Amino acid sequence: MEETKVKVKAFLSRFFRKSEIADDDDIFALGFVNSLFAMQLVMFLEKEFSLRIQPADLDFKNFRSINSIVELVERLKQPA
Amino acid sequence: MTVNLNSVIQTEQIAKIKCLVWDLDHTLWNGVLLEDGEVSLKEGVADIVKELDRRGILQSIASKNDYQHAMERLRTFGLDEYFLYPQIHWSAKSISIESIVKSLNIGMDTIAFIDDQPFERDEVKQALPTIRCYDAANIAELLDDADFNPEFVTDDSKQRRFMYRSDQVRKELEEQYEGPQEEFLASLQMKFTIAPVGPGDLQRAEELTVRTHQLNTTGYTYSYEELDALRQSPNHKLLIAGLDDIYGSYGKIGLLLLECSEKVWTLQLLLMSCRVMSRGVGSIMLNHVIRMAKEAGVVLQAKLVPNDRNRMMSITYHFAGFQEVERTGEMVLFEHQMEAIPSTPDYVDVQVQSL
Repeated sequence: MEETKVKVKAFLSRFFRKSEIADDDDIFALGFVNSLFAMQLVMFLEKEFSLRIQPADLDFKNFRSINSIVELVERLKQPA
Repeated sequence: MTVNLNSVIQTEQIAKIKCLVWDLDHTLWNGVLLEDGEVSLKEGVADIVKELDRRGILQSIASKNDYQHAMERLRTFGLDEYFLYPQIHWSAKSISIESIVKSLNIGMDTIAFIDDQPFERDEVKQALPTIRCYDAANIAELLDDADFNPEFVTDDSKQRRFMYRSDQVRKELEEQYEGPQEEFLASLQMKFTIAPVGPGDLQRAEELTVRTHQLNTTGYTYSYEELDALRQSPNHKLLIAGLDDIYGSYGKIGLLLLECSEKVWTLQLLLMSCRVMSRGVGSIMLNHVIRMAKEAGVVLQAKLVPNDRNRMMSITYHFAGFQEVERTGEMVLFEHQMEAIPSTPDYVDVQVQSL
């Protein structure tokens, strides 16, 4: 869980000007969520954690904050 | 007025050529540069290169040669500026072509390759089966080939090489840039315009529906006449988007078709040119329509025909607050939840023009 969070944070830091994003910050409210970022985020999560995000999980609420992204990854990772 | 919406799914057509990749020795010029020292252009080649350029067909090079030496020769022929991302080295030509395709961000099935050697054509054909290969012996017939004749030559097609060239410059700068991506995008001072399609936009609008595959929600194509009818139809909104930044203009790069009934608006088509994929402007037009629908108090739905290339559009809809409500055949219908409306990134200046 911690490891997942570290990786997600490192990825996000490549995009956002705000130096430290808190775990519960709404990244959609930071004004930088565009379709390119969305695609890069989805691709990053799928590749980094070897998972496939199905349309049902593409709800933007699952990507709203670092915590919700980590939650999604942990949930999708569980059953091998 | 009735509007015929019997549109064709793009994937069933053979895509027009977007880029021709040239071999040099015995193809573009007579002789072998490193052996003969002096080479002369093949007859008519300069005219072919310039005419293809005018038609908006991009050109590149895959040649096994010495880079400096070959580029120097092209310069003396006055042709060097016509070629984007030239691949002049000793690797397999299939590798060169893959690298060109990646840099230009266009479909593998829109590339043509011309070479005098059957070995090279076969190597490319085997590694990349969708590439159309031409024998340099038939060079005189190239311009008459239907695949090299786009239906329209628009202002944007004539500018295409320049736009890709400035994109090349931008990419190099972006790679050198060390700060966060958001900061880099802000430094471009992008201006995004949204306007109703006017009579002067129709050719470009049709061209966009035919040429755009990756960032295309449904792949529906529309003829010039259909688009002309749609833009004047009281039940439709047809919007076109343009993008400019400090390095120049990308021209018209996005198209959106909305079908409006009293209570429900349906997005029939949303497409963005792949040229602007790296600029992070894909959802601006969509957000604009979401706000319009909210103001009008209507339900906003959106169609998507998913395929192996347009996943980005599916993600765009999901992230913009749409949810799947129905699947019929290959079509997915989304509906916007109107809970949160994504804000427009503050690194882009968005200008909306009305009729």
